[in-house]
Amino acid sequence: MDEGVIGKVKRVVGPVVEARREAQVEMLELVLVGEHRLIGEVVRIQGDSAWIQVYEDTTGLRPGAPIWSRGEPLSVELGPGLVGGIYDGVQRPLSALRAQMGDFVSKGAQVPALDRGKLWRFIPEVKPPLSVTGGCIIGRVQETELIEHKVMIPPLLAGELFEIAPEAEYHVEDTIARLRFDTRSIDVALHQRWPVRVPRPYMARLPHSMPLLTGQRVIDTLFPVARGGVVVVPGGFGTGKTMVQHALAKWCDADLVVYIGCGERGNEMTEVLTDFPKLTDPRTGRSLMERTILIANTSNMPVAARETSIYTGITIAEYYRDMGLHVAVMADSTSRWAEALRELSGRMEEMPADEGFPAYLPTRLAEFYERAGAVRTLSGSEATITTIGAVSPPGGDFSEPVTQHTKRFVRAFWALDKQLANARHYPAISWMDSYSEYIEDVEDWWMERTNHEWQKLRTTMISVMQQEARLQRVVKLVGADVLPDSQRLILEIANVFKNAFLQQNAYDKVDAYSGAEKQYRMLQIIAELYKLAAEAIKNGAALEDIRKTPIFTEVMQMKYQYDNENAGRLSGLLEKAREALHGYTNDNA
Amino acid sequence: MGTQTIMHELGNQALANRREYLGMAEVSGPVVAIRGIHNVGYNELVEIADGQGNTRLGITLEVAEGAAIAQVFEGTSGLALETTRVRFRGTPQTMPVSEELLGRTFDGLGRPIDGGPEAIGEDRDVNGLPVNPTARAYPRKFIQTGISAIDGMNTLVRGQKLPIFSGSGLPHRQLVAQITRQAKIVGEEAPFAVVFAGMGIKHDEAMFYIKNFEQSGAMERLVAFLSLADAPSVERLVTPRTALTVAEFLAFDLGMHVLTVLTDMTNYCEALREISTVRAEIPSRKGYPGYLYSDLASIYERAGMIKDRPGSITQVPVVTMPNDDISHPVPDLSGYITEGQIVLERDLAQRGIYPPIAGLPSLSRLMKDGIGEGMTRADHAHLASQLFAAYAHVKDIRALASVIGEEDLSPLDHQYLKFGEAFEQRFLSQGHDEDRSMEQTLNLGWSVLSALPPEELHRITEEEIRKYYGK
Ligand SMILES: Nc1ncnc2c1ncn2[C@@H]1O[C@H](COP(=O)(O)OP(=O)(O)OP(=O)(O)O)[C@@H](O)[C@H]1O
Ligand SMILES: [Mg+2]
Repeated sequence: MDEGVIGKVKRVVGPVVEARREAQVEMLELVLVGEHRLIGEVVRIQGDSAWIQVYEDTTGLRPGAPIWSRGEPLSVELGPGLVGGIYDGVQRPLSALRAQMGDFVSKGAQVPALDRGKLWRFIPEVKPPLSVTGGCIIGRVQETELIEHKVMIPPLLAGELFEIAPEAEYHVEDTIARLRFDTRSIDVALHQRWPVRVPRPYMARLPHSMPLLTGQRVIDTLFPVARGGVVVVPGGFGTGKTMVQHALAKWCDADLVVYIGCGERGNEMTEVLTDFPKLTDPRTGRSLMERTILIANTSNMPVAARETSIYTGITIAEYYRDMGLHVAVMADSTSRWAEALRELSGRMEEMPADEGFPAYLPTRLAEFYERAGAVRTLSGSEATITTIGAVSPPGGDFSEPVTQHTKRFVRAFWALDKQLANARHYPAISWMDSYSEYIEDVEDWWMERTNHEWQKLRTTMISVMQQEARLQRVVKLVGADVLPDSQRLILEIANVFKNAFLQQNAYDKVDAYSGAEKQYRMLQIIAELYKLAAEAIKNGAALEDIRKTPIFTEVMQMKYQYDNENAGRLSGLLEKAREALHGYTNDNA
Repeated sequence: MGTQTIMHELGNQALANRREYLGMAEVSGPVVAIRGIHNVGYNELVEIADGQGNTRLGITLEVAEGAAIAQVFEGTSGLALETTRVRFRGTPQTMPVSEELLGRTFDGLGRPIDGGPEAIGEDRDVNGLPVNPTARAYPRKFIQTGISAIDGMNTLVRGQKLPIFSGSGLPHRQLVAQITRQAKIVGEEAPFAVVFAGMGIKHDEAMFYIKNFEQSGAMERLVAFLSLADAPSVERLVTPRTALTVAEFLAFDLGMHVLTVLTDMTNYCEALREISTVRAEIPSRKGYPGYLYSDLASIYERAGMIKDRPGSITQVPVVTMPNDDISHPVPDLSGYITEGQIVLERDLAQRGIYPPIAGLPSLSRLMKDGIGEGMTRADHAHLASQLFAAYAHVKDIRALASVIGEEDLSPLDHQYLKFGEAFEQRFLSQGHDEDRSMEQTLNLGWSVLSALPPEELHRITEEEIRKYYGK
């Protein structure tokens, strides 16, 4: 694989190496540096110097050490065996690394991402001769119970398929088809490679039409995301970014989840690795790990590999999208990625822009988020990538560059609020500062399933919350007692909505996930409670008395009492609310 | 700059890398530049001997053809360009590790300051290596500290990194001392040790801790690394790494449960900023380097547990918040890496409440898996969540009362104020030597919560109310 020495180390500054070039090198070419053959990537070429960002610890690296080319840009391996795996930022398989090197990640290890020894049953789906182009599906492999892996012609290939392997077990390196292009014959293996920094092609962009259901009420009901959409979750430390990302990874209705732990805690990855295999997907009843791929470049792992981790993740996501799947990508946290970019840029002595970040930060952010979307794949199916990026603003201040630039490229914003988190209101997604531009895209889907009530119910509750915010300003000055009952009812209902609906306990078995029906019925009950209580008050009833009806307590507990299978039974609670308050109005008016 | 190689013709291949040179090109603060050298690696140890032959240690920060930049841990005062001898060791900074280190006190670089012999043992690279995430074991066993605010609401878990965010003059010392004295796993006798790293702290502060360990009879389980305020600031940069190297050995080689106290991380960060400034690096916030997050992570992430190994490293770093500002880069970035934080609050301290652990901003992220039935008690999670929520409401009502006066508050609001008082005076407050059992803490939580009407307790089930409310 070594293409010979292309230069020597001239200078080492942390993860950045300046090399004296002795042969032609290409931008973004993959190289191996020094005796440990540390993996690196050429990021700048200037005269006879080349700058390399090195994905492993450079301790002990010396000027004069040789540098070899790998003859290709930084690429990932794509093929069966990725699902359920955990990889570092340059796609080294962490489980295999552990088997080889022990509990600590030392440098210089080179283990291929896909297990070379594993056999997969390949089932051909086409018959030669056949003219094929990139993206054509030629067969399948059942990768996990949940994921049927489509075997595709690599995107840039085309030709006459004249031979295909019969159904049997194959290794990922085995040839499973042969193409003829002009006079050349090309082997197609059971896996392919793709450079991480280049988006994989598709046929066309499609409009968004379906929500990505997350099972999180505040998200699905107030700030939904469409399949193929992009969302950012900014929040100071401890406000719940990772919890939101984990909840989505567990419960969202994507076919496949790529979770990128980018510069975050080791224990959080361990948590996923221990919890997910035990959790079952509510839709399929299978273990969640069968639809999850983890990229883990934790905060103490090399910073350059952190920079690539999000590209590694999104490229894998695109590959599965190309099979016609709906993929969700979680990146926690893109701020750590931006900081890696800043650190590398600083070490290369580039001109800094805002707060030391390089001037190309917004371009890179845009490029990353653009790789999400709803598309028609090369093989003609509709598929999506939904990207949810966490941002960790310094001091929790959203005016900083990463939050601000990201905001330009995403269409939903789930702002995590320190005050809410401090009061243990989780998820601490602020209903005042968050927004979603996907509401129109997903409206039809919801309306069809909610008797066309969804928008009305939503707007009712949003208006209650807005009025509450205004009233709270008054209350802060003079107390709630001076308000008339009709206004105190707003405070009361807002309180019910916050406690009974918006708050959702990720640790409670029943509450962790709310299906669409449960969300709709809960919303309906609270809106009805509001309507009836308002009428009662208008008819002269006292809020204090209404508030004492046991229905309030029942509504407060409904999220725990009715699981998703029994969401239909919530209609009983609705009736009960009607009875309780109707009776009230008549008896007391 | 007239640097010349002193020929050390050493036949041995391993020693061939040990090159010695006379003279330096530049000295600037704690950073030196050396030219006319070769075969020097990045992040490797440098010995620098002044004209009198006194040796100090440093590490290369940047290497280039024929030149290197190094930081000198023990400061550069007294170094002259011409007479300084520089020797490159060809290895990273290391620390010898062995069981014999228990009971000993060293400086930040691992040299004895207790009059005892040099540390001996297997040399380990102080930088450590990242734990493979697949090798980690998720921490789940709670540590009882005997302090209600921690055990009840911010439970510490074995293998967790839980810093104390303090301010100048706040009693973090007493709190850390109390934690190290009282911390235990109920019903388990496992070998434990305390590794203490003091960075830039004053002599009397260090003595306070040492005395505390002596009194509790834990001295022979303690390894201390002290880089005091009068030591050159750069030494602080190695101190936590030396300490954690020993902690890793005790935990993962010898199977001990190691409580690691790192104080004060703000001093550590200042030293890092100093080096960065001298090197004219592009600063991010408040002059701290852009890589502060990664650097801190390389320390904090060395807490945890590893599958199939019996020991653990629990970290309790102390971070003082300059001006009590929690958004200052050091507490802020720490909070982004650690698994929660115990925040000390000046207002509580001024009202004579010890420990002045702030109710709302404090958080233990690993608490959820360490508490509940079979571990602490089934009602623990709900109780803690309710205490947080109710106390948050108390804060709102106090703010309101300060505007409209207490008289105009509603009866319910008054009940909340009563709860707030009880919570602070009875639940939070406790003596420096008061060691409460988990049971006592939880019962106390219920007792103060019973100042509120049961309808207000949304986060608690009816069954729990029947069982514990008003008891
Ligand atoms: N939905 C939820 N249900 C219950 N607890 C929650 C929820 N969301 C957050 N929390 C609590 O908040 C803590 C912090 O959440 P999380 O780790 O997600 O924060 P974060 O924003 O990712 O912080 P950092 O930026 O430091 O990584 C959790 O450990 C948990 O205790
Ligand atoms: Mg997080």
